[in-house]
Amino acid sequence: MSTVILLSLALMCLALCLAFVRLFKGPSLPDRVVALELFSSILVGTIGLVAIATDVPSLLDVAIVMALMAFMAAIGFARFLERGGPRDD
Amino acid sequence: MIELIKGGLIMVGAIFMFLAALGLVRMPDLLTRMHATTKAATLGATLIMLAVALHFAEVAVVARAFGVIFFIMMTAPVAAHVIGRAGYFVGARLWSGTVKDELRPNYDPLTHQLKSGLETHENAKRHPRDTDPD
Repeated sequence: MSTVILLSLALMCLALCLAFVRLFKGPSLPDRVVALELFSSILVGTIGLVAIATDVPSLLDVAIVMALMAFMAAIGFARFLERGGPRDD
Repeated sequence: MIELIKGGLIMVGAIFMFLAALGLVRMPDLLTRMHATTKAATLGATLIMLAVALHFAEVAVVARAFGVIFFIMMTAPVAAHVIGRAGYFVGARLWSGTVKDELRPNYDPLTHQLKSGLETHENAKRHPRDTDPD
């Protein structure tokens, strides 16, 4: 079991690195917002895996808060983009 | 048996998340990138939360895991829609191989007006009928 968890954690770490590549390169601000969305989704999965690995069910609350914050951030960024605030990307 | 199912769910979920990140890097424009990330990452998080529910098998934990799944399934499409809409308004360039953009001929980005293509003078006239109330 621990091998499976280690392997999946490595895969998701790689996924985080790839998402960071897009966050760094991303030609425009919407691309970066999409990368941040993916960040939070991968983090929810990682927190779930850590909860399994350490047998601490309270970590699920952290996952809930993470998902909630990501949703709010996406909505906020989209409002900002539509209103046309100052940006350089 | 439960261990096997759990391991399978975790592995498949992690692979889906990796594929989402790969799509985010490899896809050519904003909308295709969102197409890759939102669905695959949602499915990955869902599968891992199912594995969490199987692992703990207590009512409180299973309820919370399903709460996470429900929340992600509800919010991911809304967030994707809002970001895609904002991206289109900001003027994100579409891929050069895009076949069809039905919004472009009908939508005015300056006034935010959407036309149907039937706004002729003939259609704007009023045609009273016999059944109309006086």
